[in-house]
Amino acid sequence: MLKLEKRPSPSVFWSRATPVLAVALTMVAGSAMFALLGKNPVEAIRTIFWDPLFGEFAWYLRGQLLVKAGPLILIAVGLSLGFRAGIWNIGAEGQYIMGAIIGAAVGLAVFPTENRLIFPLMVVAGAFGGWAWAMIPALLKTRFNTNEILVSLMLVYVAQTILAMASTGFLRNPEGAGFPGSRNFSSYPAAANPELIAGSGLHWGGVAALATVVAAYVLLQRHLFGFQVKLSGQAPRAARFAGVKPERLVLACMGIAGALAGVAGLFEVTGPAGQISIDFNVGYGFTAIIVAFLGRLNPVGILFAGLLMALTYIGGEMASTNLGLPSAAIQAFQGMLLFFLLACDILTNYRIVPAAKEAR
Amino acid sequence: MNTSAAELLRIEGVTKAYPGVVANSDVSFTIREGEVHALLGENGAGKSTLVKMIYGLVKPDSGAMRLRGVAYAPAEPRAARAAGVAMVFQHFSLFEALNVAENVALGMENPPPMRELAARIRAVSEEYGLPLDPARQVGDLSAGERQRVEIIRCLLQSPKLLIMDEPTSVLTPQEVEILFQTLRQLKAEGTSILYISHKLEEIRALCDEATVLRRGKVVATCTPRDRTAREMAEMMVGATLTPPERRATQKGAVALGVSDLSVASPIPFGTSLKGVSFTVAKGEVLGIAGVAGNGQDELLLALSGELTSAPDKVRIDSRPVGDLGPVERRRAGLVAAPEERLGHAAAPNMSLTENALLSGAVRQGLVRRGFIDWAATERFATSIIRAFDVRTPGPQVAARALSGGNLQKFVVGRELLQEPSVIVINQPTWGVDAAAAAAIRQAILDRAAAGAAVVVISQDLDELLEIADSFAALNAGQLTRPRPVEGLTIDEIGLMMGGAHGMEVAHHAG
Repeated sequence: MLKLEKRPSPSVFWSRATPVLAVALTMVAGSAMFALLGKNPVEAIRTIFWDPLFGEFAWYLRGQLLVKAGPLILIAVGLSLGFRAGIWNIGAEGQYIMGAIIGAAVGLAVFPTENRLIFPLMVVAGAFGGWAWAMIPALLKTRFNTNEILVSLMLVYVAQTILAMASTGFLRNPEGAGFPGSRNFSSYPAAANPELIAGSGLHWGGVAALATVVAAYVLLQRHLFGFQVKLSGQAPRAARFAGVKPERLVLACMGIAGALAGVAGLFEVTGPAGQISIDFNVGYGFTAIIVAFLGRLNPVGILFAGLLMALTYIGGEMASTNLGLPSAAIQAFQGMLLFFLLACDILTNYRIVPAAKEAR
Repeated sequence: MNTSAAELLRIEGVTKAYPGVVANSDVSFTIREGEVHALLGENGAGKSTLVKMIYGLVKPDSGAMRLRGVAYAPAEPRAARAAGVAMVFQHFSLFEALNVAENVALGMENPPPMRELAARIRAVSEEYGLPLDPARQVGDLSAGERQRVEIIRCLLQSPKLLIMDEPTSVLTPQEVEILFQTLRQLKAEGTSILYISHKLEEIRALCDEATVLRRGKVVATCTPRDRTAREMAEMMVGATLTPPERRATQKGAVALGVSDLSVASPIPFGTSLKGVSFTVAKGEVLGIAGVAGNGQDELLLALSGELTSAPDKVRIDSRPVGDLGPVERRRAGLVAAPEERLGHAAAPNMSLTENALLSGAVRQGLVRRGFIDWAATERFATSIIRAFDVRTPGPQVAARALSGGNLQKFVVGRELLQEPSVIVINQPTWGVDAAAAAAIRQAILDRAAAGAAVVVISQDLDELLEIADSFAALNAGQLTRPRPVEGLTIDEIGLMMGGAHGMEVAHHAG
């Protein structure tokens, strides 16, 4: 028999190695699932992991990688701070929507003025929208001790309703012949977020994501706030002893996550999406939760996790169109990835030893 | 003492190893019928592991036990209880929201109907001089009364051997006397008692035989009555002990003033502080005694700044600080060391360097404009490790990897090295071996000699009498008026701690 034994100190090796191991195990278990579905597992894995990067359509798909990874990373980095401190903001999707709506509204309000300050102003408005939406669960938690998981999640559905109202009502394109959806930002240069290098898929959102990764890394390694975040998550009573004020930490973590989600929404609506529409949100806010954990709540890890997750999305889409895999199978595959990651995580703090001694 | 009495339990060459440590190595001893047998040893000497094996919680790697001549190898506590072995743990396992009878019923294999059980509890409690109302809710009971619940739960099984793990750590001196009368009555009826303690005077007063453990091995056996406490202490430690040195210090101006401090406890079933007042002068050590759970944790929180009050309730150097948090109070010169090392004083999974930052950031200037100076923090951690002889490979090690005593030295050292003007420590030497405890006490006295005002909260009366200048006791959240230690008798101290908490009714029959 085997048993788990707690390590005296967390293993540095395994904290690095578990994501790789988890990806490998996901490939094995995923292959088995694809085989049971009657598909060639090798081909399926290749379609998901290889073709988007080096296949026939890689010239297009590589760009899509950054388009999809950008918002995931941006949101996940924000969420990771709260998750480290034990603050469970599950409503990034709603904050993402509200950031997009408020930011877009600012731009559309001044249409068609051309001014270089409009886009930066929209970014600020987007951040504000996400921040304000996150403040609702944060304030309810600090004032009335409500559960932030429930409140933030419920507010996603409220945000979706507001999104529907915006695209069919107050932000609808007056020249759109009555169709739902706002004006398209691609035809409004002062407010648009175009590709910075043609064909790369990189827009300002990708740049912001990279900058956020660097900033969060410095914050966690060098800044007192980062230390307080880590301390609060690991030992809440020790954090209070150290002088951390839990309420302030909740407001700060929720606020940062909300603002980053809002910015991500703004970059999306002004760039790849182009306009506010009823089906504007595609679940980045929820997927970012997986990305945050896949990246071990570490900014650099999240960078890679975001790219990997984007890859499985693009590859998964390819697999379902080219190989006829059901989309549920792709989602199960992504779920396996999170499952194996969390399961392998135990190796960081525990080692497996033979339980011979106890088996007397 | 009747050496002729039959053997009840014989332990033969019992060995138990855990990864990296041998808890018991070839331990042998014998308990006779009707004998009170002491198991002596420092923390980590292997006492707990040994009694857990007797009670069926742990299986020995090798060796054998015989109960009344029959091979005895309990697979689980239920088997031990069936064989007539009962145990009162140091930490009670009671449900505070249930009443006494319900708690007792939960520990029984086949509890009788509640009415019958209540009657039996009443009968047993009267018989042994431990009055207890079966209908009272456990959350409302004092620590001493809770212990009675545990003892009565054991007595209902009419055990042949009763194991008691540090039973007096939660009792006032008066309550200890009542407990001893009960134990003597049990002994007279032929019940054997295995008594674990490191309080040597108690063992001299109560026990017939003693087995001394050190690092998992039996190093001596003795008859406690024929030995001095000092001799037994040296058997336990294996070295000659030097009591801490006290220098006569001049009392200075008042450094810490607390007046009429009342705060609600943030802990469920905790004890709120009620009108606590005292002052501590520079160079003075105030010892605060009290049975666990009488407001010690709350007092530390209220002084460290984790609980706040009106500004003028707490003053540091005459400056009101009652409404300030821990960071501002540290800046004003106050440091605090909570009782719970892992999780409160230190973050278990963080390195010692990070833990040095935890409370050292303000006074050591380890953070500039929000950015942490890790090099300086590591130097601070290293200096704590060196100054307090913390046994660890280095400051990069996680706090949870340290032994309790070593971590305690680190946590206390971290506070004392910050050149504070006011020091508040809760249980400075809890779970620490004698040598380390002596070092910690000496360091506290040295800081006081250097002019710091010190508040030591402790449940160890000997410790307080050794280092304190003045003495007060917490009882149900209220603090007695501090008195000079000189001239205090144990009886007076006991009364300050609440006497027998109204539990005197006892032992007319015995």
